[in-house]
Amino acid sequence: MPTSTFSFTRLRAQFIKEILSVLRDPRSRMVVFVPPILQLLVFAFAATLEVRNVDIAVYNQDSGRWSHELIQRLDSADFITRLHRIDNRRELHTLIDRGEVIAALAIPVDFSRRIAAGDSGIAQVLVDGRRSNSGQITVAYLSTIAADMGVEIVPDAQALTPVVVRHRFNPNLIYRWFIVPGLTGILALFSALLITSLSIARERELGTFDQLLVSPTSTPEIIISKSLPALAIGTLLGLFMISSGVFLFGIPFTGSFILLLVSLVLFILSVVGIGLMISAVSMTQQQAILGAFAIGVPSVLMSGFATPVENMPVFLQWLTQAIPLTHFLIIVEGSFLKAMPPGDILASLWPLAVIALVTLTMATVFVRGRLQ
Amino acid sequence: MLACSITETTLQRENTAVVIEAVDKHFGNVQALRELNADIQYGRLTGLVGPDGAGKTTLMRIMTGLLAPNAGRVTVSGYDVVDDNDAIHVLTGYMPQRFGLYEDLSVMENMQLYAQLRSMDARYNNELFAELLDFTRLGSFTTRLAGKLSGGMKQKLGLACALMARPRVLLLDEPGVGVDPVSRQDLWRMVQALTDEGMAVVWSTAYLDEAERCESVLLLNRGQLLFEGPPQKLTAQLEGRSFRLENVGAERRTVLTKALDLPCVSDGVIQGAGVRVVLRDGAQPDDIQALADQAQVRLTAVPARFEDAFIDLLGGGPGGTSALAERLSPVELGSDIAVSCRNLTKRFGDFTATDNVTFDVHKGEVFGLLGPNGAGKSTTFKMLCGLLKPTSGEAQVVGHDLRRATGAAKSRLGYMAQKFSLYGLLSVRQNLEFSAGVYQLERSTRRERIDEMIDTFDLADWLSATPDSLPLGLKQRLALACSLMHRPPVLFLDEPTSGVDPITRREFWTHINGLARKGVTIMVTTHFMDEAEYCDRVAMLSRAQLIALDTPDALKQGAAGVDNPDPTMEDAFIHLVETADREMEARA
Repeated sequence: MPTSTFSFTRLRAQFIKEILSVLRDPRSRMVVFVPPILQLLVFAFAATLEVRNVDIAVYNQDSGRWSHELIQRLDSADFITRLHRIDNRRELHTLIDRGEVIAALAIPVDFSRRIAAGDSGIAQVLVDGRRSNSGQITVAYLSTIAADMGVEIVPDAQALTPVVVRHRFNPNLIYRWFIVPGLTGILALFSALLITSLSIARERELGTFDQLLVSPTSTPEIIISKSLPALAIGTLLGLFMISSGVFLFGIPFTGSFILLLVSLVLFILSVVGIGLMISAVSMTQQQAILGAFAIGVPSVLMSGFATPVENMPVFLQWLTQAIPLTHFLIIVEGSFLKAMPPGDILASLWPLAVIALVTLTMATVFVRGRLQ
Repeated sequence: MLACSITETTLQRENTAVVIEAVDKHFGNVQALRELNADIQYGRLTGLVGPDGAGKTTLMRIMTGLLAPNAGRVTVSGYDVVDDNDAIHVLTGYMPQRFGLYEDLSVMENMQLYAQLRSMDARYNNELFAELLDFTRLGSFTTRLAGKLSGGMKQKLGLACALMARPRVLLLDEPGVGVDPVSRQDLWRMVQALTDEGMAVVWSTAYLDEAERCESVLLLNRGQLLFEGPPQKLTAQLEGRSFRLENVGAERRTVLTKALDLPCVSDGVIQGAGVRVVLRDGAQPDDIQALADQAQVRLTAVPARFEDAFIDLLGGGPGGTSALAERLSPVELGSDIAVSCRNLTKRFGDFTATDNVTFDVHKGEVFGLLGPNGAGKSTTFKMLCGLLKPTSGEAQVVGHDLRRATGAAKSRLGYMAQKFSLYGLLSVRQNLEFSAGVYQLERSTRRERIDEMIDTFDLADWLSATPDSLPLGLKQRLALACSLMHRPPVLFLDEPTSGVDPITRREFWTHINGLARKGVTIMVTTHFMDEAEYCDRVAMLSRAQLIALDTPDALKQGAAGVDNPDPTMEDAFIHLVETADREMEARA
């Protein structure tokens, strides 16, 4: 009987087995197909960085015209649900302490007088520091409203008009334009990670992994046959997200689709390597799922999806370079909005290729290590 | 006279621990128990006997109040298991198949935990613990983690925990599974002591030889009670129907096949060099005598066994001809040695699992690897089929070194794991296709072999079903079909029949015997001593070393003494392990 180290017949048999295992298993189907759709809906419609529906408290000590004007403007502001009017400073603090309002505005006695005198009116804003992100955004909104008034009051004082900020690439700062491309990477990451991390662990639970190891199949064949289904499903999910970004959310796709596709494949391959490593060391499917999340969640947090990589300590910045998602996010966000030139894409593409090579090699070593 | 019989009935009733009345239990469409009526007495060991899926665990869980029957009622010590559920938990001690030991706690910590769960007075604990530790002989292991105990020791610790609250009824769910004969002997001794104190002990088992040790048995099959009473009563019905063809020797597999194909024979097995047969009810031993004459061997009548009776109740075992082996062409090998190992050693850290083991297995031999739990039997087995790399020494399969020519060696061996590792998510046909593909059969051969297997093993009606939904017997056939797809000259079987009913086991061994006759070499590990009897030679491992290697008959002979002139395989096992232990201690 011929026993080469590589056989297409064996590979084909294993590939069919892997695809069927994913598609015929209701649990795998759930893990693979439900989260993407849920995440798409949740992230696209519910998770938002905008501040809406907040309550604000106002302690007005001034009885002049300008303070009334300010309060009226706040009243009609979209993002404020309710304006609490209070009459002592202590309550101001109480409301913030209880979390009933996110910010409180204290208007001093001489507010209108100072504006009438040509000075700028000064009002104090207290913000709930526990919700720092939303708080800061609220302050920004409040400042805009106050600045508008300042401009109105002193129409000829150009100097008071703030610098006009124009946001490039996403002029209206539509948060979906920013989130949906990123989601492509996250979904592909989790689906590929889960499919592969379950694959060996499932066989180990069934006892079929031993059966596979006593057959003449070689470790590279096992790795390839377990990578392909994840690669196929991950790529399809990625493409699904990209097309829903373009067609459903109308995000301008300005880069090269071919380069993005190549990056997506390399990205998934590097994740597949990680998933197979997790699977090789897990004894049960439960351990494998836990392992996948223990790697997946920090990857997302550190990838620059939610917080800029530049803000991290230097040694963590080094670590983020080893996370495939970091590089893929740069490419996918660049391809959508920035029309990123091929040169820049390549700068992020080669690290992906290196990571894929390293993780897949390590996965092979790990699986072979099972045969100690 | 009348008064006397009344007192007897009352006495019996007072002595009744568990009353089971017309109990029905189903899970969805699956009928687990049907119209079951039975009594269990105090001071007696009652065996709950039957193959996997007979309903043993379901009945156990009903008796402990963990499941409610769909119809009928069960009372334990006069308390209804449904209405007086709280009382049941106090009265009964239950040891499930996998006792809930906390693997990361030590032996002592586990016992303390169970004492606290039973809200027992801590002051009396030390005394009780000392007593239980002494009873279970776990005294020197109190600080060892439960996860690091051997199978037998875990069972004993489980038993100690179940005994914590001095239950009146003790329910043990398959305590003998995965426990070697030495530890099993210990468990029997402990249970004996408990019944002597008046406790009712229920021991569920799929091993029919265990049933014979019980004072009374409830024999279950597919949720129905086949027999209730002392096992001797059942075996007595078979008296005069069991025979053995003595010292048949090399021809025994052929003789067994011929015997099983006789219309008068209902069941037959190999026992060392002999063949043991059971005749059908009312059949005369003429034909079997003729077979004995033809083979020029002596035919002797032997006492009936409980297993004979069970098979007889189910209508006899399968025939003797293996459709599979009929189709195979005889195996041709370059040399007479099919499997060999030289100074095979495996160390895990500073623990030596297999220590310098050397032996050769001849072509067409059925070779058994036996040993107590943790003796290194499965480590050795795994090195021989390439699942583990030896630390030193070498292993060869049909002349190929497993380390150097891995692919070549692996394509020459077939492997069937415990619990038939099949792909549960794939259909029967997809499983067959996968094994054909992974052993690199080309398209035309592949189709031919798959059709042949479907035909041989009667799988045609089940092709689109998943293996998990198949009856056990079919599942086993499928696993065998998958492992033989590439016609390997060597077949490795890792505890192939654990938890399988005796009929399915017979069918399996019919195939194995057929394969051996065609020159396929069989390597097998097993906990069933009657399976060891099928082997041509048996290697006994204890504490990582090879302590004996001989034919089953020779091993049995070695254990014979004045008090036991005709020892069983189990006696031989215990004798060998204990002798080896003594020698090792003497050297130390």
